[in-house]
Amino acid sequence: MSLLDQPSSSSLAGGGMTRRQAWGLVGLLAAAVIAWLVFAVWPDWLNAILISKKAFVSAILNGITLAGLYFLVASGFTLIFGLMRNVNLAHGSLYLLGAYIGYEVTNRTGYWLLGVAAGFAVLAIVGVVMQVFVFRRLEGDDLRQTLVSIGISIVAADLMLAVWAGGTYQITTPEWLDGALTLPIITAVRSNGASVFLTYPLYRVVVLAAAIVIGVGLWLMLHRTRVGMMIRAGVDDRAMLQASGVNVHAVFAIVFAVGAGLAGFAGVVGGSALSVAPGEDVRYLLASLVVVIVGGMGSISGAAIGALLIGLAEQIGLVYFPTYGIVLTFVIMVVTLAVRPQGIMGKAR
Amino acid sequence: MRMHRRTLLALAVFTGLTAPSMALAADDTIKIGLLATFEGPFTVLGEDSERGAMTAVAEMNGTVAGKKIEIVKGSSDASPDSAVRAARKLVEQDGVKVLVGPLSGDEGLAVKDYAKTQPNVTFINGTSAAQDTTLRDPAENFFRFSTDGAQWMAGLGTYAFKDKGYKKVATVAEDYSFPYTQVFGFMAEFCKAGGHVPSKSWVPIGNKDFSSVIAAIPEDVDAIYVALGGADAVNFLTQYQQGGGSAPLIGGSITVDQTVLTSKGKLRDVLKGTPSAGPTADTNDAPAWKTFVEAYKKQPGAFPSPSLFAHGYYVDMKATLLGLDQVGGDVSDGGKKLRDALSKLSFDTPTGKVSLDKNRNAIADIFLTEVTEGADGNLMNKLVKVVPQVNQTLGIPEDEFMKLGAVNRDNPSCP
Repeated sequence: MSLLDQPSSSSLAGGGMTRRQAWGLVGLLAAAVIAWLVFAVWPDWLNAILISKKAFVSAILNGITLAGLYFLVASGFTLIFGLMRNVNLAHGSLYLLGAYIGYEVTNRTGYWLLGVAAGFAVLAIVGVVMQVFVFRRLEGDDLRQTLVSIGISIVAADLMLAVWAGGTYQITTPEWLDGALTLPIITAVRSNGASVFLTYPLYRVVVLAAAIVIGVGLWLMLHRTRVGMMIRAGVDDRAMLQASGVNVHAVFAIVFAVGAGLAGFAGVVGGSALSVAPGEDVRYLLASLVVVIVGGMGSISGAAIGALLIGLAEQIGLVYFPTYGIVLTFVIMVVTLAVRPQGIMGKAR
Repeated sequence: MRMHRRTLLALAVFTGLTAPSMALAADDTIKIGLLATFEGPFTVLGEDSERGAMTAVAEMNGTVAGKKIEIVKGSSDASPDSAVRAARKLVEQDGVKVLVGPLSGDEGLAVKDYAKTQPNVTFINGTSAAQDTTLRDPAENFFRFSTDGAQWMAGLGTYAFKDKGYKKVATVAEDYSFPYTQVFGFMAEFCKAGGHVPSKSWVPIGNKDFSSVIAAIPEDVDAIYVALGGADAVNFLTQYQQGGGSAPLIGGSITVDQTVLTSKGKLRDVLKGTPSAGPTADTNDAPAWKTFVEAYKKQPGAFPSPSLFAHGYYVDMKATLLGLDQVGGDVSDGGKKLRDALSKLSFDTPTGKVSLDKNRNAIADIFLTEVTEGADGNLMNKLVKVVPQVNQTLGIPEDEFMKLGAVNRDNPSCP
């Protein structure tokens, strides 16, 4: 294969480079351009095109932190789908419920971290309950699962509206998460020669860090533990896993608990960065659907890549062409579906 | 096959449940449709608008011309198609002959177009305030007693330039017809006074993350004019505060409304002292306003002071009921008598006299306000000045006003 491949690719790239080396070079060039964009002081013509360096770099950073949030929601969604072929369309409701619970707990106890923990724990329990009482009865019946989960999401939205009304809530973050970080990125130079550094809210950096830690944790759990091995085996061939004596129902329950808990966790973290209001459930459901379609169903690394693409597209679109920004997200989705229908990291089934 | 039959049965039952609830209203009741945003990003606004409308109904003890008032609610989510869907349901299924609503700008434009296809139904606006709902290509059977978004801005541009001394202002507003109208109303005066608007940011409705938008605002502006509503305003203000924003703000009418001022969180700090203008002022001490506030507070879940939406729906519902009272509740002639009565109607509202112009758009008083903290810790709009009887062309002769062109993202412009 490689023998056949090499002559053609080297003739394409010229200079005797393999295809791999050519891609590496492109990657290096792109990295250098990005590094220059971020760290250099911009000439006027570039500022004129991209509004200002501050706007551009902020959009990139915001895109990455938003991606962190999307990843937290979508990773649970993709896990549940990957293992159970169960498109849980009530996943957005889990996000919103987690946010409201986080708000209540934080408000009553005064401890934000307790709110975060409660958001995860309560939603993990809700997830298990849903799995045991609803989805277990509908095993292997995709259409009914989908319809029932839509039904649950509609009922849940109205129940939450009844309890928390239509107001906009803001979960108060603790003092130590307030304030802004000064990043070593120069956005402009004043006429007296002093450099203006970019400041960025500390809380958003924390959100991103949490998403990375959880992403790595999930990956380790899936690839280095026995439960993870069972889950991966279940994704590939459920019947075989069952035949080899594993209690599949227990594995399902664990996955549902982790997936729902992550949605609840993301709800509290996201509700502190942005806000909590009715309608968020649909927004995050749609975001995770797009992320998972782009990234590939059932893949954690796919969810990360998808979230990054969608987060960046949303923020850059918002700054540079706000009216048509939303189109960018769906262009990415359409292109992915056309070129690689199983998603970037998805396995063809 | 069994499955198939069951599906059919389920379908049949479902159809039966949702079939038009035949308009069998008895002669002693009169049905009024109430269309507002009971879902989506403007839910709080919709809930408060209902309180306003119900205040007007309660004032008449639930009857008009000896007939019992039956309110049929329709819900939209601030998108034009949802508003038309809800209006169609109210008109074509529930059989209402009088409809009050909708709430939001683009919804108003869409419902006006729908009104043209239903000449026998009388439409009275809720709070939708896009200019062209009544100014260009109006519908004969669409009435607006609640003024438009440009009228609401009367006095603010001059105040910002002269009293506050702002020379350069950036604007941030949602990307649809109502904020276009508000920005137009503000800039009409501000640019005329000599001010400049170097940057205008239009954001999609329902946007959550404004930090990139905030970063793109030029740093050398004296103030930022913000016309965002509901959850969008709360998100913008919170993130502006988190990002350490220092430029003072100027508020659109619904940005510093009770629906936003009552939100919990740190955004309160950046709001104090923000000037704005609109159809209401919380600290208005006119007796009619105070009576209205007391009546409004009897509604379940009421805010400390009625929002602009409660006020707008109150005024429009009140006008509807007054009109129905004049014609003895008789709409059997396709509502012709009712529409004649409404066109000539002029009455005293909690915020002064309201009458209609030839396009059936209201002429009313507008209030210039500033956000302050009340004695009980609630944020309030303090009355600064009343601009009396503002008409839709903002006092400019009509032909000259029409030459300014239709409002959109780029019109007006004074960089």
